[in-house]
Amino acid sequence: MTGRARLLAWALSLAGLAALAALAFAAGRYPIPPGELAALAANSLFGTDYAVSSTAESVVLQVRGPRILAALLVGAALAAAGTAYQGMFRNPLVSPDILGVSAGAALGAVLGIFFSQSILVIQLGAFAGGLAAVGLVYAVGANVRRHDPVLSLILAGIVLGTMLGAFIALIKYLADPYNQLPAITYWLLGSLAAVSPRDLALAAPFALAGLVPLYLLRWRMNLLSLSDDEARALGVPVGRLRLAVVCAATLMTAAAVAISGIIGWVGLLIPHAARMLVGPEFSRLLPLAMVLGAAFLLAVDTVARTVAPIEVPPGVLTALIGTPFFLWLFISARRAWQ
Amino acid sequence: MAVTLEARGLGYGYPGRAVGRDLDLALGAGEVLCVLGPNGGGKTTLFRTLLGLLEAQAGEVRLEGHPLGALPRAEVARRMGYVPQGHATQFAFTVRDVVLMGRTAHVGLFAAPGAADRAAADGAIAALGIDALAERVVTELSGGERQLAMIARALAQGARLLVLDEPTASLDFGNQVRVLREIRHLAAQGYAVVFSTHDPSQAFLAASRVLLLAQGGALRHGAPEEVITPENLRQVYGIEVRVAPIDGTRVCLPVLAA
Repeated sequence: MTGRARLLAWALSLAGLAALAALAFAAGRYPIPPGELAALAANSLFGTDYAVSSTAESVVLQVRGPRILAALLVGAALAAAGTAYQGMFRNPLVSPDILGVSAGAALGAVLGIFFSQSILVIQLGAFAGGLAAVGLVYAVGANVRRHDPVLSLILAGIVLGTMLGAFIALIKYLADPYNQLPAITYWLLGSLAAVSPRDLALAAPFALAGLVPLYLLRWRMNLLSLSDDEARALGVPVGRLRLAVVCAATLMTAAAVAISGIIGWVGLLIPHAARMLVGPEFSRLLPLAMVLGAAFLLAVDTVARTVAPIEVPPGVLTALIGTPFFLWLFISARRAWQ
Repeated sequence: MAVTLEARGLGYGYPGRAVGRDLDLALGAGEVLCVLGPNGGGKTTLFRTLLGLLEAQAGEVRLEGHPLGALPRAEVARRMGYVPQGHATQFAFTVRDVVLMGRTAHVGLFAAPGAADRAAADGAIAALGIDALAERVVTELSGGERQLAMIARALAQGARLLVLDEPTASLDFGNQVRVLREIRHLAAQGYAVVFSTHDPSQAFLAASRVLLLAQGGALRHGAPEEVITPENLRQVYGIEVRVAPIDGTRVCLPVLAA
């Protein structure tokens, strides 16, 4: 792809994302006509003073705004983390959960719900639980000698993930079936419905703190898809680079999961779809995966809150919408993973 | 002649298991060293030690006069290129992307390859005559084409010493010869080359020196004519071999009759 074609592709995908966001602002139980939406956008972006109903204003700024931003942030973060892990583990079936970040976050959140803590404590529990789980997995993996370090990490992730799953099951079993169990189930299915501006302000810095180093390392990430010996012979201190990528990916996944709960499929599907479109070269792949992830989760969340009288859990929809889309890509894409 | 790669009293192996010891060798520009040895004879272990991927158990390796252990990885990469055995990436990188990865040691931590790196990669691709493959996907190449792409990546590193681990393994006869021809060609341009193989005749075709490894670390080192003899091959491989010249080049012919 030439420079100009790449620029055009970028302009098109960002325009598509903006159009999708406008649609998401307009659609919902309280539909907002395009004219009013444009007036609102002009008022808040350029300080103009068009007449807008106060209901529309509060729906757009207080309810849909944070929710749309959260969908973009969580989608981009999950897709970026999935892209990094699929490259690093040389396996396209890997998702951001592979090192136990989701299981750890789930245990943290479920414990918070079980002990009737505030939303903030539940979110912090999820965030800390995700980081702690990956820290533990990494420590175990790093202490395994005489085995391939990547394989050790994956095995440690699977084993500790299973253990955390057992703890979650135990707490669900012990939880109050009328007050706590529905809240636990709801959290485990993932949702963006309750995201407040404060949640966003808390999660965004951590997500960015993970995203920025990953973006800066985007070309060097390619080297992690080679064998360790090869990458080292090319001049890369593999262990340090891998640790940096694990830290970055974990930080942003934990931040995302803390505000959204567990939303599956995005981190598995989107990197794969992006790779089919632009190939595996990471510096081209990562930005596209982030845009696609943001767009995908925004689309899914918009459908989730408009398609039925009650909200459909987005984790269910990501799978229902994602799988056919994925199969279509898989069948029609020119360059498949091999 | 400047010595590119030197090993003195080198002992190599894995923790708790010595594979070879007391290895001395020195390799200069334009020289080709062929490493021969049985399966499990420690060729790859020796290569990993020479590359600094495995710590030496005794003695030392010097690269262009510097102790290998004292050089940062990127410095090693600018001096010594490695072509691993049976490279198989799962991802559909283009040949140009793969060769560009050879520039890693020249590219800043947070940077992407620049114009100079692209020129170096294109130069390496042209040097191996694989321009037509540049936009092809490595996972769709034949074994011989992939091997040439991997050699191009090592050239793109800017290294003057190339280490090739069984570069002709699982290649058809024509591609084996093409790779050997490329090794000779590189040596003529002043590169120092180390390669391993299972076919002793290749040493006569392409190498100026031979290192013959045997089980247990015993080794012989010298000119191909001195090292590749029926007695030495019998000792190392346990078979009868005749070594005879055809048009001035020696070849090895195994004897099947017991």
